[in-house]
Amino acid sequence: MSRIAERFATLRAQGRKALIPFITAGDPEPELTVPLMHALVAGGADIIELGVPFSDPMADGPTIQRSSERALRHGVSLRRVLAMVEAFRKTDGATPVVLMGYANPIEAMGQSLFCEDARTAGADGVLTVDYPPEEAADFAANLARHGLDAIFLLSPTTSDDRVAAVARHASGFIYYVSLKGVTGAASLDLNEVAARLPRIRTHTGLPVGVGFGIRDAETARRVAEVADAVVIGSRIVEEIERSPRETVLENVRIFVAGVRAALDSQPAQTP
Amino acid sequence: MQRYEQALNTAAASGGAQPGSRWAELARLPDARGHFGPYGGVFVAETLMAALDELRREYERVRDDADFQAEFAHELRHYVGRPSPIYHARRWSETLGGAQIYLKREDLNHTGAHKINNTVGQALLARRMGKPRVIAETGAGQHGVATATVAARYGMECVVYMGAEDVKRQAPNVFRMKLLGATVVPVESGSRTLKDALNEAMRDWVTNVEHTFYVLGTAAGPHPYPMLVRDFQSVIGRECIEQMPELIGRQPDAVIACVGGGSNAIGIFHPYIPYEEVRLIGVEAAGLGLASGKHAAPLAAGTPGVLHGFRSYLMQDENGQVSETHSVSAGLDYPGVGPEHSYLKDSGRAEYVAVTDDEAMQAFHDLCRYEGIIPALESSHALAHAARLAPTLARDKVLLVNLSGRGDKDINTVAGLAGITL
Repeated sequence: MSRIAERFATLRAQGRKALIPFITAGDPEPELTVPLMHALVAGGADIIELGVPFSDPMADGPTIQRSSERALRHGVSLRRVLAMVEAFRKTDGATPVVLMGYANPIEAMGQSLFCEDARTAGADGVLTVDYPPEEAADFAANLARHGLDAIFLLSPTTSDDRVAAVARHASGFIYYVSLKGVTGAASLDLNEVAARLPRIRTHTGLPVGVGFGIRDAETARRVAEVADAVVIGSRIVEEIERSPRETVLENVRIFVAGVRAALDSQPAQTP
Repeated sequence: MQRYEQALNTAAASGGAQPGSRWAELARLPDARGHFGPYGGVFVAETLMAALDELRREYERVRDDADFQAEFAHELRHYVGRPSPIYHARRWSETLGGAQIYLKREDLNHTGAHKINNTVGQALLARRMGKPRVIAETGAGQHGVATATVAARYGMECVVYMGAEDVKRQAPNVFRMKLLGATVVPVESGSRTLKDALNEAMRDWVTNVEHTFYVLGTAAGPHPYPMLVRDFQSVIGRECIEQMPELIGRQPDAVIACVGGGSNAIGIFHPYIPYEEVRLIGVEAAGLGLASGKHAAPLAAGTPGVLHGFRSYLMQDENGQVSETHSVSAGLDYPGVGPEHSYLKDSGRAEYVAVTDDEAMQAFHDLCRYEGIIPALESSHALAHAARLAPTLARDKVLLVNLSGRGDKDINTVAGLAGITL
């Protein structure tokens, strides 16, 4: 069982929901990434989504674009991100790490080499925003061969047929993008999410995480009433952006802990 | 009038009159999922897949719809001013002393460039799909102006994304778009140029997809854009195939066009693909020289990668980060290139060369002085290669250059290079 599947199984047994925070590797500077990952865990993260910086992050809003630019100014490459995962793994063997990014850095490194090195570094899953399943059959198979989960996005505009097709290639969990737009956009429609998730579940037994547009603990709690996992990205990146270096780890931990407390405050239920 | 539209349809139907050509197969690409060999495809976030599917289905319908094609041809004739003439640059050819240079005068189109062929086609498609709002990205502003123009013509709301750097450099075009009723949004992210404007337009589209049509300006982006932009621009090559025999009794020996994203080039190349005896030569921007690294020539000096929704040659560093580009011509200042060009290069059907800023400027001035035509700096790259090639060929050889746009928009740049402030 993969570290991701194991984590979801444990949470389910406890009647809890997964909290998946996102940070961009190398933001605000490379030396802080591993400490930030530990701070996320200390705050109550179940899975870490680690963004691989890219020069042209088409699906991201301004906040995550800026985080990518900050990381690139420090020359953070995909190889260096893998080295960060490896460093994190030295002291945390339990928390799953999902790499989230764009296709081109992986293409430049070579898909096979990337899968091999990501596995060796201790990554658990890969979400490549601009590899839809139609273009990613080989890549998903390659990931599977290396014991890495292939995580795919679904959106409010995804047809039921496509949900089924995506579900065939996906493993680990499915990431439902809760709004039309880019990361960090205004707000999500809870009713839409609540209506859509049961339909997605008719096509897959995988846990379903929801992200894009979750900005506070209360929204996270309400999303978790219907989802298996809550992904929070831009809001945490903002915390990193505006915190002085001395307090950034603590501020991020406190924010994550607030969301964790809200998630755990809901009555236990099985999806 | 009937004759023009019929000729277009005939040329379109025959796909070039060379059934036995070993390149006939190539001319039928892309495949159903938008692939030109290993290039093209649909590399976008899931949030855009439904919109691209809808666009593909709608476009497949209108491709074979006689009413749509008739309306398109009608608009090209009466609004754009087609067919554009082909002109023998006799004095310039004489001076160069070799092959004869003919110019396909896309600079004479309404709005002054080939861009309008595509925006008319896409606006008609948007109207048919019931989308009241169009968005576009623009570099130099030509595609933005062409989009604002058709939005005014068909009564649509128009928002144009333009890198903040380009907004500063291209003030007259920004004003032109505003006169035409468009909203121009300066893009502050990344390198604040064309590629960032494209990212931002995609972000707008994801957010407003139900009522918004994205008018992409070049034969790049995710499928079906490279195909539909090529189809709309292919009117250029189809006219040439009709016109050249009338002028010289045969097809030219070579067709030469500048390549940024590559829409004017694919527009003139595509109908010629099955014509084996016609060389197809694309000219990229070598900027300050390929060795300097300051250029915009992915086919000459890049490697395959994925950007903006498709796989193609790309200017990137060893970590897959997209490189910043340089060209004196804003319209060629783009790190990628349309996927069909990548495949034409690999297959050997087309050749790609590069021309520096200085060589392009020389050709720009020569055409002004010898022919009384001020060419766009983009087109000047194609002219520069023709000037290089012509003296090496016999006088009875014919080079057909796509003069993709006029240079009025560039006079500030040209004056600036000469140290003159207008």
